[in-house]
Amino acid sequence: MGRLVTTIQDTARRIGLAWTPAHTSVAIVVIALAVGFLPFVKMGLVVNGVFLGAIIALGAVGLTLVYGILNFANIAHGDYMTMGAYTTLFIVGYLLPKVGVEGSGLGPFTFGYPLLIALPVAVAAISAGAVVVDMMVYRRLRDRGVNTVVVSMASLGVAIALRGLVQIIWGGDIERYPRETRQVFHLPMDVRVPPDAIFITTVAIILVVALYLVLDRTKMGKAMRATADNPDLALVSGIDTGSVVRWTWVMGAALAATAGILLAVYQAHLLPIMGWKFLIPLFAAVVLGGIGNPYGALVGAFVIGVTSEVSTQWINPSYKPAVAFAIMIGMLLVRPRGIFGGGRS
Amino acid sequence: MDLAGIADYLVAFAIMGGIYGVFTLGLNVHWGFTGLFNIGIAGFFALGAYTSALLTTSPPDPALFEDFKFGGNWASIGFLDWGLDVWFVLGLASAALCCGVIALVIGYITLRLRDDYLAISTLGIAETVRFFFLNEKWLANGSKGLYRIPKFLGDWIAPENYGYLYVVVVFAVLAIIYLALQRAVNSPWGRVLRAIREDEVTAQASGKDVFRFKLQAFILGAMIMGIGGALYAHHVRFLSPLTFDPMLATFIIWAMLMVGGSANNKGAVLGALVVWGIWVATQSLPGILSDPSFRLFMVGVLIVAVILLRPGGILGEERRVTRLADSDAARPNNPGG
Repeated sequence: MGRLVTTIQDTARRIGLAWTPAHTSVAIVVIALAVGFLPFVKMGLVVNGVFLGAIIALGAVGLTLVYGILNFANIAHGDYMTMGAYTTLFIVGYLLPKVGVEGSGLGPFTFGYPLLIALPVAVAAISAGAVVVDMMVYRRLRDRGVNTVVVSMASLGVAIALRGLVQIIWGGDIERYPRETRQVFHLPMDVRVPPDAIFITTVAIILVVALYLVLDRTKMGKAMRATADNPDLALVSGIDTGSVVRWTWVMGAALAATAGILLAVYQAHLLPIMGWKFLIPLFAAVVLGGIGNPYGALVGAFVIGVTSEVSTQWINPSYKPAVAFAIMIGMLLVRPRGIFGGGRS
Repeated sequence: MDLAGIADYLVAFAIMGGIYGVFTLGLNVHWGFTGLFNIGIAGFFALGAYTSALLTTSPPDPALFEDFKFGGNWASIGFLDWGLDVWFVLGLASAALCCGVIALVIGYITLRLRDDYLAISTLGIAETVRFFFLNEKWLANGSKGLYRIPKFLGDWIAPENYGYLYVVVVFAVLAIIYLALQRAVNSPWGRVLRAIREDEVTAQASGKDVFRFKLQAFILGAMIMGIGGALYAHHVRFLSPLTFDPMLATFIIWAMLMVGGSANNKGAVLGALVVWGIWVATQSLPGILSDPSFRLFMVGVLIVAVILLRPGGILGEERRVTRLADSDAARPNNPGG
């Protein structure tokens, strides 16, 4: 037991979480409570919460990276998700069919292999778009040295413009990727797992591992963490903050776009407002994990995902975003720096 | 369209323009003077509108509605019935009070923390308020909406001419708020707000309780927004949670303030009228110009463009600290100095 605790602490410290013995005891209490509660909770909801958490995680990790390194709350992050989802729709619904690439119902999944082609293309497009928006808007504001709230304000403008753009091109109605209905897997304890959810979780795990490798093993990752920690010190240490900013946008937007596409697959529809509505769970996860802490955001995402799903057992499901919001407010009251205390308040 | 038709059209335009003016003034207290980033105006808008509407509307006929029960029915309370419709003032005051209390709670939790937590929280409040009125059918009839909201001084004038009376009411309220705010922001209290906006640390070092001032400003702005919401409720006389979508209840108000000029109350009202004027005037244009999606896009572009190109908006902030000091006083050859 003692060894286990030390291993947990070492691992946590390695990936940059300020894990203390207090965290271990709190974690044990929380896990014990959760296990004690389990018999009263519908397992299906918990599993759904994990899937939702995986999507929130991708969005929140990107959001917290931008937040930590560029030091502003990017209100447009949800709309980067929307853009990712709709760009994919454009590719699988319009571009690929033109060259005769069509299909749905790949293996157990509802979508076809064109989606697997479209996903990386759309993600690259959104990343490039984010870098362009940064050059057009945010860099000018940074150079002018304005208050970070003004930068946030500008990102609100970007968010509105992006949503307008999506509506101009695709209209405001519900859209879908080409899909075929598929059987859900029935597991014991009334757990239903749609095959798509397995795909979503797999993609999320791959991306989080990739992110860990980039942040932990590459020079750029180290430079990013250094910039998040102390921008001025990073600059005088000879770190090219310009390229750090560019890579932050590339990674943040790529994660957001992927989250958007996975969300569109998971909920089986696209709406121009989908990303904006996702902002509250995203920010809740970021605040829970401590601003600028990607691993914290990961933990926060699953907490938010599972809690808001499980809450539907007792309260009206349409209050789900309000539950995420309530958890965030509670966290701000108790520990404004996040679970691991590493974030800035 | 004949002359009377044009006049009716202008009055309808002016009523909404005036109501938006109230919101822009409220937002100006938040953003313009104090630098508080509120992206949940829709929440205070809805809260104000529903508070006043629910308290004053009569309860629904139980034979017609299953779930919907509530109605304060203040409009018919006997001792207030002097033909003067005092309930209207009470409704506006309750709307302000309700928004003020919510702002107190949210502000108390988030204003000690970094600036953008307030933005995220206001976004959460806006969504939560909408869900609340959508789901609690007993209270506000859910998505079917609330109707038969009473008219202020509705007995005084024929229904087809009512707009002429209400436009006066709206502009009277707008004028009172404007004058009160002008006094407030030009007082020492207002100067502290601007000091906090410019440099929080310096304000703190000068012995100002930054948190307290921010909280006061947040509550004041939210109360003004509540009044705006109430004015809106008694104008359209129908409310549904779908009315308060972010576009017409948050984004456009931001565009109005940015265009007119942050930190300038004249600019705020001017921006409301100008942007609302453009909005209404382009509604009947052919093609893409009147397309709601294109307008949404343009509102976003407008906000970014103003921040980048003309941060002060049309009017910009008056740089004079107080009217007691002559603006020439700083000149070296000033005869008085």
